[in-house]
Amino acid sequence: MHKRSLLAILALGAIAAACTKKEEPKKAEAPAAAAPAAEAKAEPLKAAFIYVGPVGDAGWSYAHDLGRRAAESKLGGKVVTSFVEKVPEGPDAERVIRDLVAQGNKVIFATSFGFGDSMEKVAKDHPEVFFEHATGFKTAPNLRVYEGRFYEDAYLAGVVAGGMTKTNVLGFVGSFPIPEVLRNINAYTLGAQSVNPKVKTKVVWVSAWFDPPKETEAAMTLMDQGADVLLQNTDSTAVLQAAEKRGKYAFGWDSDMSAFAPKAHLGSCALNWAPYYEKAINDVLGKTWKSENTKWGVKEGVNDFVKVSDAVPADVKKKLDDAKAYLVANPGAVFKGPLVDNAGNEVLAANAVADDAWKAKVNFLVKGVEGKIPSGK
Amino acid sequence: MNDLALLVAATLAAGTPLAIAGLGLLVNERAGVLNLGAEGIMLVAAVAGFAVTFHSGSDALGLVAGALAGALVAIPFGWLVIWLGTNQYATGLAVSLFGGGFSAFVGMGYVGKKLLERPDHSIPFLSDLPFLGVAVFRQHPMVYLAIALTGAIAWFLYRTRPGLVLRSIGEAPDSAHALGYPVRKIRLAAVVAGAALCGLSGAYLSIVYTPLWVEGMTAGRGWIALALTVFATWRPARVLAGAYLFGGVTMLQLRLQAQGVQVPTEFMAMLPYVSTVVVLVLISRNTTWIRVNMPASLGKPFVPGS
Repeated sequence: MHKRSLLAILALGAIAAACTKKEEPKKAEAPAAAAPAAEAKAEPLKAAFIYVGPVGDAGWSYAHDLGRRAAESKLGGKVVTSFVEKVPEGPDAERVIRDLVAQGNKVIFATSFGFGDSMEKVAKDHPEVFFEHATGFKTAPNLRVYEGRFYEDAYLAGVVAGGMTKTNVLGFVGSFPIPEVLRNINAYTLGAQSVNPKVKTKVVWVSAWFDPPKETEAAMTLMDQGADVLLQNTDSTAVLQAAEKRGKYAFGWDSDMSAFAPKAHLGSCALNWAPYYEKAINDVLGKTWKSENTKWGVKEGVNDFVKVSDAVPADVKKKLDDAKAYLVANPGAVFKGPLVDNAGNEVLAANAVADDAWKAKVNFLVKGVEGKIPSGK
Repeated sequence: MNDLALLVAATLAAGTPLAIAGLGLLVNERAGVLNLGAEGIMLVAAVAGFAVTFHSGSDALGLVAGALAGALVAIPFGWLVIWLGTNQYATGLAVSLFGGGFSAFVGMGYVGKKLLERPDHSIPFLSDLPFLGVAVFRQHPMVYLAIALTGAIAWFLYRTRPGLVLRSIGEAPDSAHALGYPVRKIRLAAVVAGAALCGLSGAYLSIVYTPLWVEGMTAGRGWIALALTVFATWRPARVLAGAYLFGGVTMLQLRLQAQGVQVPTEFMAMLPYVSTVVVLVLISRNTTWIRVNMPASLGKPFVPGS
């Protein structure tokens, strides 16, 4: 029939058009899912990175990518890197990792907590490849974990927040109630309380690492409830931009976000993964790689609090510098006893300093944080 | 009291994109065409609107661009569905998938970009009123547009001749055709106009609501708008009310969280969809009620002379 043949022609035409190269709109420089340009020699080590979000998020994944590029340029021709962005945590991640191994990558970096199970499975099948999992906890002879001491950054932000808040109510936009995020909320509150014992923190959970519309709604909700300095554990600039819109303060998270909110930005809890990526790749090249659990923070240069705004008065800046110096001298010593959770139970005895085991199992909110931890996801 | 006012304000803002998209779909469906591609259209319009506003600096231009983008996407859809008689559900889903992928592709260069400072849209005197000022008069003009649009579409459908023709085409296209009305052309016009409204709603999301672009940012609002037209039994005022209800539930769950009330957030997040299903079940139980309210030729292709 006439109509059917017309439809068939249309369908074929659409397929033909999709297959031919079209004029592509301007994209960000880094292509997605790029394998390195075909190199003739097998000499340079091939390393691959997978990100949970887009490199353009100006946050978590962007920071990892900056670290990747810095490490690659520092190490010259010894390593060639590639990355895959926006990999969803779940079965698809496993497929992507296996694909990267098949492409000849000898070390794979997975930059989100949810990639852990997939990394474990592929590591078991490929003992000749090294696997590095950021913010994970499962290890194997060829799988190790690394992490920044993000709570140090959150603590520093808290010190500034405590000095800048006028309502004594702080806000936190949380992703998922996992120990990493709970540590950050607690550190933020403790940092603020160290300069201003009266502060309270309100938390809203958005159940996503990267969802700008939801992050904006959460930020608006917090500000409606009286919060005037916001911190987040999510990956976009939405919270900062929402604070700018309402004339309140917020911080950049994971990267330097000062360009996005000139008035609201007090400082950025920036991550610099270059030192770690250099070390990891050198470990593989020098055959000194061993499975361990690395936590680097302010002292090693992975965590830093940058671009402190001019709006922060000198006395608060001094307290911030003191706190930074303290963390360089005492890495990770943010949680010191006596600590009480917001239900009244003591979680850390007086004179005790929390160790890594304690920090890995944080499942409470300290006194001063309002609300309970949602159950389930 | 102030808290309630803020909640009302947030509800109005959150419900506006749903309302505008819902009204667009209402116009579509009243003419007898079901456009399941709403989500894809909203995404394409969102990226188009964001791009135009980013390059031109003008919000209004971006909103218009979004509407145009929506209309452009709807033209091939309309042609396929109305003239070639392809299955409306399948074609609509195809548009939805296409829109999602296409917008992500085109939008790659815009992730992480930001628009200029958003101006404050409070109405000078009214925004200082005690409760209403905060609740109602500090909104972006699009919020008032949504309300005006509801009235305009209701008036158009029920009080004007062209509206009557549109409705009759949705109910009995054969009779309209016999009377000499160009059924297919009018249906195309309805599809394009409806998609333009969906596009406007999508552009509102990326320019005003959260001024940035990220792929998939409509997060299912197109589907909610589709559900909304059924939930509202195809009446404009009910679409507006339903949109505010859905928007309100979302904002309410965030507020409850911020106040420390432990509400399972997943439960609150699914509430709009669950309530739509409940309403669908309720109205499906009474087939007469459906026959009275649903446009009779919804989803069925019209072939003149058959």
